[in-house]
Amino acid sequence: MAGDDISAFAQLQMTHIGKPLPRPNAERLSRGAARYTPDIDLPGLLHVAFLRSPYAHARIISIDGSSALACEGVIAVLTGADLATIARPFEAKLDHLPKLKAAKQYPMAVDVARHQGEAVAAIVAATRALAEDALDALRVEWEELPAVTDPVRALEADAPLIHAQMPDNLAFIAEIKQGDHAAVEAATQLSVQRDFTFARHTGVPLEPRAIIATFDAIEDRLTVYQSTQTPFQTQAALSAMYGMRESDIRVVAPDVGGSFGVKLHTYADEMALCGIALLLKRPVKFVSDRLESFVSDIHARGQSVTARMDLTADGTLLAMNVDALSGIGPWSVYPRTSVLEGSQVLTMSGCPYQLRAYEGRLRLAFQNKAPMGAYRAVGHPIAMALGELLIESAARQVKMDPVAIRRRNLVPDDSYPFRTLTGLRFEALSHHRCLDRLVELMDYERLRREQKELRQKGVYRGIGLAAVVELTNPGPALYSVGNVRVSAQDGCQIRLEPDGRVTCAISITDQGQGSFAAIGQVIADVAGLNQADIRIIMGDTAHVPYGGGTYGSRGAGVGGEAALRAAAAFRQNMLSIAGALLQTGPDELEMREGAVMSKGSGQRQLDLRAIADVAYFKPDQLPKDLQPLLSSSGHFTQLTDTFVFTNGFQASHLELDIETGFVRLLEHWAVEDCGRIINPLLVGEQMRGGIAQGIGGALLEECVYDESGQLVNGSLVDYLTPSSAIMPDIRIAHIETPTKTSILGAKGAGEAGTAGAPAAVLNAINDAMAPFGAEIFQMPATPERILRAMGRLG
Amino acid sequence: MTHARVSMTLNGVRIEGSAEPRMHLADFLRLRGDLPSIRVSCEYGVCGCCSLMVDGLVVRGCLLLAVQADGRDVRTLEGMAEQTQDLRAAFVEHNALQCGYCTPAMLLTAHELITVAPDADRDAIRDGLSGNYCRCTGYHAIVDAVEATAQARRTHKGDDHDGR
Ligand code: FES
Ligand code: FES
Repeated sequence: MAGDDISAFAQLQMTHIGKPLPRPNAERLSRGAARYTPDIDLPGLLHVAFLRSPYAHARIISIDGSSALACEGVIAVLTGADLATIARPFEAKLDHLPKLKAAKQYPMAVDVARHQGEAVAAIVAATRALAEDALDALRVEWEELPAVTDPVRALEADAPLIHAQMPDNLAFIAEIKQGDHAAVEAATQLSVQRDFTFARHTGVPLEPRAIIATFDAIEDRLTVYQSTQTPFQTQAALSAMYGMRESDIRVVAPDVGGSFGVKLHTYADEMALCGIALLLKRPVKFVSDRLESFVSDIHARGQSVTARMDLTADGTLLAMNVDALSGIGPWSVYPRTSVLEGSQVLTMSGCPYQLRAYEGRLRLAFQNKAPMGAYRAVGHPIAMALGELLIESAARQVKMDPVAIRRRNLVPDDSYPFRTLTGLRFEALSHHRCLDRLVELMDYERLRREQKELRQKGVYRGIGLAAVVELTNPGPALYSVGNVRVSAQDGCQIRLEPDGRVTCAISITDQGQGSFAAIGQVIADVAGLNQADIRIIMGDTAHVPYGGGTYGSRGAGVGGEAALRAAAAFRQNMLSIAGALLQTGPDELEMREGAVMSKGSGQRQLDLRAIADVAYFKPDQLPKDLQPLLSSSGHFTQLTDTFVFTNGFQASHLELDIETGFVRLLEHWAVEDCGRIINPLLVGEQMRGGIAQGIGGALLEECVYDESGQLVNGSLVDYLTPSSAIMPDIRIAHIETPTKTSILGAKGAGEAGTAGAPAAVLNAINDAMAPFGAEIFQMPATPERILRAMGRLG
Repeated sequence: MTHARVSMTLNGVRIEGSAEPRMHLADFLRLRGDLPSIRVSCEYGVCGCCSLMVDGLVVRGCLLLAVQADGRDVRTLEGMAEQTQDLRAAFVEHNALQCGYCTPAMLLTAHELITVAPDADRDAIRDGLSGNYCRCTGYHAIVDAVEATAQARRTHKGDDHDGR
């Protein structure tokens, strides 16, 4: 394969790409042999516990650390003011969205705490237990301020201000109005308008947030071990905050025990931890415990939306109207901001369908709750739910089958590229093919017949569908244009080892998705190697090329393409050396399974070990004018489109107990088109894991706050997440429409499951309740809320 | 804080150590540094991440104090490598683990489940594993792997029987 040649890639003999090969590092993890950040110990390591604000909004009058300092094992007590002496404040802004307000923030609160759980002081001690003991001895004098928790209240003219220097609590507002509204108004025969509520929930990776920082005064270098998706982002943030050069900061992400976006953000307390290492010049560690995770990890969703669909009487969709309001906490989260969840709702609602007009408004309000950030599928679950719940609601009204109404309105598979009224460009989607495949996969007709029969017997089953569009492989438009130091580029380097194996260093990361496996498969096929001979390094800024890391479903698509390019170059390099040794043109040769073969005869000529042997130890056997290249690199930024969109369809089948409101999930299906599939096992598991989290949001998960801004269910006892007992089997099928924005053709698959599952489940509940004329538009749809919707509770 | 002497049989080897009376067993083992399979997540008995075996039963390592394990037989996944070999292979084959954080505890629980109930069907497996959270997989592949292992163990037993 030479250069940018897609057709040459297609000709490649693929023995790895597209195959359900087990992940090489899964064997290690299955033995329990992993090193997560909490497992790391360093000589002289000290432990940090944070004092977190017990109030949602309070002025810090004074902090007296003297008694705490006298406690056993305590080395230091530091306050926000102490850190402010060395830290520059930070604020999350996007230059292309000047209306997004930002307030300056310090690693720990300096004068005012603005949400329950915000760190205000730190105790450094010999063990975490001793640090926690000393928290009780820390004397803080507070002046409680009025808390604003409800975003509607936050936007009222007389609401207390979250940031005194701002005129109001409106963090952001955006409006879109596109299309022919007059024509739509004239043609509309049916309008379906509903009020939706999406609760706040959070990611709950089982490994909590964790970070260790150690300053090496001899090398003048800060080393950070962090449970993160994006080591280079941490490096950039630390550089900006503490005035060090980026290249003097090494950030290592060891094994990461789940992230889902939670560990994508630059948390103030984690920056504080690094500041403490710089101040004390001692290695320090912070591991969040589960209780503080609930009040300090980012939260997500949390929107109330009024949405409307206009249609003709025969179920032809005309227009969509969305008005969304969300409270984002007191801060827009650094550095990616807290605008995406809302802005994606604004631009993606109803996007699988042909619309003649669209109108939308988004308002984000500051409030005294935990900050809102990017959690798996950012905005999509809401955007998809709005369109998908409304279209099934409309179908019930016009008495159309939910499949039929979608077939009528989905953007036809042959009309791509397609641009939505909100300005998104879809390169090539396959809604109709996916829907057809789904109908077949789930045996839709049979389920409908069964449903009808069972209803006669008083058994209420529901079938709900959801079309999904997912934003993946973001280009520079996501952050670079906003002047945020988050790279849209990823890089990969491959080098030949003396034993003939290869080492690959790549800037994407792995939190369990299988990035190691996918990259290994791409390199094995493109470079012609055995996957077992490829050692892959990720997550260490000192050892991998610069790059964005893993976010926005870009690991396989963008990282995979960087790997493809590095591998193609590596193969060329090896063939040039082999050609010189065999005195034949490199074009006569090819690489397969780590060996050089003659193209014509297919005869094995030499292997990489022999090439390494000559190149490193017997270079005199090479022609004098050949200085061989023994490593290669590849870089990729997706520049063709703003994003590369994927699509799919999901369906949920469930049974509703109309007496108790309990939902029993029977089965779930997903058809996914994520372009070229590198490994169907990985795609399938990304879908399933994503669906589980979507189901959590649909039925269980909710951060419940009281009016004073106290999280009242902040523990795993009270905050419910899906267990194996409630989860159904999830069947997956694939449609493959490779993207032409890269040679590899892979798009992302990490978020589609979460994007579509809530809509499918709520639609199934509404379908089950249809005989009672009841509908629900609230997530999570708890038994109590379902009974209320059915009018069976007061 | 005063420490108490603790001795136990850990993965078949007699060990002695000292622990603060308030230290839970999972931390006691984790802080030794040589048992990477031991992890905690909630530390109050909900998630199951810390599961390990005491006197042959799978228990929550975060709900037992180290001093309560004094004189007991304690096993972690490291000490159950042989017994769980087939199950681990099935987890890899079905990609029933992603980040791996829940995996050691999940394996011990699943092993105990299909040892006690070799005929467990998918529903029974789902019930049996419901005290072990996994945030990554959605459980389907885990159920597949456990079901396949249970079945293989049944067949294998049957073979042994026929062979006699
Ligand atoms: S850590 Fe023990 S059950 Fe969660
Ligand atoms: S594999 Fe990550 S929590 Fe189960």
